[in-house]
Amino acid sequence: MRTQRDELTVPQSAEDVHTAIEGAWRSESRRVLATLVRLLGDFDRAEEALHDAFAAAVERWPVEGVPRSPRAWLVSAGRFRAIDAMRRRARFDAKQDAVLHEMTAQVAMQPEPDDEGVADDQLRMIFTCCHPALAPEARVALTLREVCGLTTEEIARAWFTTPSTIAQRIVRAKARIRDARIPYVVPARAELPSRLDAVLQVIYLVFSEGYAASSGDRVTRHDLSAEAIRLARALHELLPEREVAGLLALMLLHESRRATRTDEAGELVLLEEQDRSRWDRALIHEGTTLVRRALGGGGPGPYAVQAAIAAVHADAPSAAATDWHEVVALYDVLATLVPTPVVALNRAVAVAMRDGPAAGLALVDALIGDGALAAFHLAHAARAELCARLGRTDEARAAYAEALRFVSQEPERRFLQRRTAALA
Amino acid sequence: MKYICLIYDAEQELARMTPAEHAAFMGEYMALSDDLASRGQLAAGEELQPVSTATTLRERNGRLAMTDGPFAETREQLGGFFLIEARDLNDALAIAARIPSVRTGTVEVRPVVDHAAAAR
Repeated sequence: MRTQRDELTVPQSAEDVHTAIEGAWRSESRRVLATLVRLLGDFDRAEEALHDAFAAAVERWPVEGVPRSPRAWLVSAGRFRAIDAMRRRARFDAKQDAVLHEMTAQVAMQPEPDDEGVADDQLRMIFTCCHPALAPEARVALTLREVCGLTTEEIARAWFTTPSTIAQRIVRAKARIRDARIPYVVPARAELPSRLDAVLQVIYLVFSEGYAASSGDRVTRHDLSAEAIRLARALHELLPEREVAGLLALMLLHESRRATRTDEAGELVLLEEQDRSRWDRALIHEGTTLVRRALGGGGPGPYAVQAAIAAVHADAPSAAATDWHEVVALYDVLATLVPTPVVALNRAVAVAMRDGPAAGLALVDALIGDGALAAFHLAHAARAELCARLGRTDEARAAYAEALRFVSQEPERRFLQRRTAALA
Repeated sequence: MKYICLIYDAEQELARMTPAEHAAFMGEYMALSDDLASRGQLAAGEELQPVSTATTLRERNGRLAMTDGPFAETREQLGGFFLIEARDLNDALAIAARIPSVRTGTVEVRPVVDHAAAAR
């Protein structure tokens, strides 16, 4: 067998080598890490090995040239550096000798992965970081750090918290993986549906936080949404399950409207008032193609149905010309899959578009009345809009006031204030 | 690695089962125990007497206080456990998912601290 060292190309200019190392970091570091975690059986050891591998590249690529397969070179270098590090540590601790011998032998014997193996390692990484035994916020932090390669500082900024909070969350999650022995495997077919749910939930959480930041001054944070879409694309390529296609489609169709969701001043613009000529047609095309795949063959999942609703909107030339019968029918399906009050609220708004504001208002009132949405600002905002359409201005004003009591995002607050002011 | 599956059920609801339902329910438990035992994955497993038989102890300032009843009053009570030998958490969770009480109550899975390994 030929080793990587036989495949070195001729030395290149310092600048080329520098670019190659940077490129390898961008495109390969996450994959190399995923493989190193499997080979070394430990996140921290793998991360150290990853950094050692890149340090070795900085040292050796300028002299020896850029290897033909940087990924294989880096895995190999990381693995040997890790074995070295274990040996060095063992010298100070005789007790570890036997353990070390066994471990290094094990690490050294594992074959280096081919392309399929690399894909499996990435899936292992995703499923481990999104394991349901970890708390949702720990899953998010760990996934953004280990799978997406964001720094602790970047994650902290995105979630309006401190880097030390995020760092601690990640440390605890890794300890949990070790102590509860969460395995580094792709789940078996029978477990896949429930395990995949946990992964999709993490991706959608990241996207949603980027799309409609739950607090703070700005409506959207593009970087997080882009990260979620990148992750979903990668997952879909590795594991083309229908619900993965559904989630990716849903995010692409939302993303297609990003430019029109806010005006120049950064204020919210409602779907019915958005300039549809500025919706991103390429994203819509990609999204609707995926929706068709996600809906095909058997009962669709909740992401596929939500994506189908987004596709109906994307397809419509205006709010009035939207196929509201189709939208309501899709919400009916969604309500059986996800029987939550928020889904019922969305359905009520669609019914209002199909059958008139009075029909919608009756449904919204029932939802607020039974308490589940009493403190949800959008329920009161929907009530206000429908009352306004019916000419019941006083009730509309009172409902906006209720909505304002519960809103937490600044642009949404200003939007509700503008709507209140616009009442006759 | 050892994991404990703590099995919580609402005793009152179990009491409402018909004799036939109860027999089927316990039959499932027996089948699961037998299967785990035959694979060498069952370290221990017991059904507990009802929570009304519990006694709770607490020593504070050198004084031992004993009270009747469970540690905490909850809708579902600890009613039994399996101590299992599993390859990893996924294996343990797959076993726990087969415990009949996941349908009627709640099963909590926790890894057991391996003091022997820590001492090595």
